[in-house]
Amino acid sequence: MDKLKVTPPPHLHSGDQIRFVMRDVLVALIPACLAAIYFFGWRALLMLAVGTGSAVFWEWLLVSKEKKTIGDLSAAVTGMLLTLVLPPSLPLWLIPIGTLIAIGLGKLIFGGLGYNPFNPALIGRAALMASWPAAMTSWFWPKGASLPLENFNALTTATPLVLAKYRGFQVGYSQLFWGNVAGSLGETSAFAILLGAAYLIIKRRIDLRIPLSYLATVFILMAIWGRDPVFHLLAGGLLLGAFFMATDYVTTPVTPRGRIVFGIGCGILTVLIRLFGGYPEGVNYSILLMNALSPLLERWTMPVPGRRSSRA
Amino acid sequence: MSLLKVFKNGLTRENPTFRLVLGMCPTLAVTTSLMGGLGMGIATTLVLAGSNLIISLLRNVIPDKIRIPCYIVVIATLVTIIDNLMQAFLPALAEVLGIFIPLIVVNCIILARAETFASKNGLVPSLVDGFGMGLGFTVSLSVLGTIREILGTGTFAQAADFGFAGVQLMPEQAAGLIMILPPGAFITLGLLMGFLNQYLEGKGGNSGGAA
Repeated sequence: MDKLKVTPPPHLHSGDQIRFVMRDVLVALIPACLAAIYFFGWRALLMLAVGTGSAVFWEWLLVSKEKKTIGDLSAAVTGMLLTLVLPPSLPLWLIPIGTLIAIGLGKLIFGGLGYNPFNPALIGRAALMASWPAAMTSWFWPKGASLPLENFNALTTATPLVLAKYRGFQVGYSQLFWGNVAGSLGETSAFAILLGAAYLIIKRRIDLRIPLSYLATVFILMAIWGRDPVFHLLAGGLLLGAFFMATDYVTTPVTPRGRIVFGIGCGILTVLIRLFGGYPEGVNYSILLMNALSPLLERWTMPVPGRRSSRA
Repeated sequence: MSLLKVFKNGLTRENPTFRLVLGMCPTLAVTTSLMGGLGMGIATTLVLAGSNLIISLLRNVIPDKIRIPCYIVVIATLVTIIDNLMQAFLPALAEVLGIFIPLIVVNCIILARAETFASKNGLVPSLVDGFGMGLGFTVSLSVLGTIREILGTGTFAQAADFGFAGVQLMPEQAAGLIMILPPGAFITLGLLMGFLNQYLEGKGGNSGGAA
C-alpha cells in the first residue's frame, strides 16, 4: 500500500519550473537591454544593474528566512522590466524606490508571486509616475539621432508620441523601428523587442493571443480614427507592453477566450488614452486596468465541461 | 469596566481608525499633514466628548423611536460651535479641513459611540469614553498625517496658522507626490492597519472590535 500515493491532479509534471520561465524572459530581454545601452550609453547599463539588483535585494530582505524566493528569478525579471520602462535620465536613487514599491506593494504584500493581482513592474512605474511626474517625463534623444525638429539644438525633448500628440510631428518608421528616438530605456527599439519576443515564442513561453489581439485592436482602431496605425504600433511602449507585460502569467486570464478579450480591452484603453486622455501614452494604465478585470474575465470565459460553447 | 479600561479601550483594542475602521472619510481626506490630522482629531474629540456627555444626560428622556434624530440635533449643534470657532481662530486650518468639519455631524464614530455607549452608560464613563475614543482617533490621524507629510512634502509639522513653516527633513525633490494624493492615504492606512493588527494579535488581543 505504501507505493500507492493519492494526490490531487495534475499528475504529470512537465519538469518546468518558474525559474526556467523567468530565465527565458531574462534572456529575451537581453536585446532590449543591449539596445538601451547602445542608444543611451553606459548610464543605461548602470540603471539596469541598479534596478535588477535592488529588486532582488528587496525580495531577499522582505521574505522570511525559511522560504527565500529570489531563486525563482521573478524579482530579477520585475526589476529589469521596471527599469526598461523608465526614462534614461531618471535620477538613480529613484530606481530602488520604484523596485521597492513593485516588489513590496506590488507583489509580496499580496502573498508573493502568484497572488499579485497587478503586474508588479507596472505598479512600480505607475507609483513613480504619480510621485515624481517631472523626473518621469523628461526625455532625451540618443546621441547621433537626427533630431525631428529642424534647427533644434537642445538634446532634451519629447518622445515620438508627445511630438505626435501635441505638435503634430511624426517620427519616421525606420527610426522608430531601430530605436534611435527618445523614450524609456527598453521601449524605443521595436527591432530588439521583437527579437526577444521571437525567442519567447520559439520557446513557447508566451501565448500569442494577448499580444496579437492587443496589437490588432490598436491597429484597427487607430486606422478607423484616421491616425497612422503603423506609427502607433511602433511608438511608445506598446510592443514592450504587449509582449512582456500583458503576457504575465499571474495577472492575466488563463482561459484562451479570456486572453483575447484581455488583449482587446488593453487595446481599446490604450487607444482611448493616447487619443483622448491626459497622457500621451496609455499602455501602462491600460494593462493595469485590465489586470483588475482578469478574475472577472476568467469567470466569464471559463469553459464548461461537455459543452461546446464556453459561455456558462 | 473600570474607567481606565474604558479610556484605554479607544486607544488600542477599539481604536476607531485601525480597529473599528470608522470615520474613514476624514481619515483619508485630511491626513495630508500632521496639522490637518491633529486639527481634525481634536475637533472630533471635542464634539465626541460633548455629544457623549449630553446624550448620556438625556438618555432617559430621549424616546427610543426617534433617538437618531435627537442625537443628530445634539451633534450638529456641537459641530456648528466647533466650525465657527475654528473659522474665527484658525482660518488656515479651517481652509484645509474645509467641508470635513461640517461633515463631523455624520461621522460614524460619534454616532456609534452615542448609540452603543453614551445611551447606555452614566455621565462619567460616557465622558471618559468620548475622550478615549477621540484621543485614539487623534493619535491615529496624527500618525497618518506625519508619515504622509514627511514622505509627501519632506516637511514635518508645517502649521500655517502659527506661522511655522515646518522642519524640512528631506529635500523637496525627494518627496513623493503620491503620498499626499488619495492613493498615499490608502497605502499608509492599509500598512499601518496591518502592522497594528499583527502586533495586537501577537499580544493575544485577537478579540477584534467588540463594538
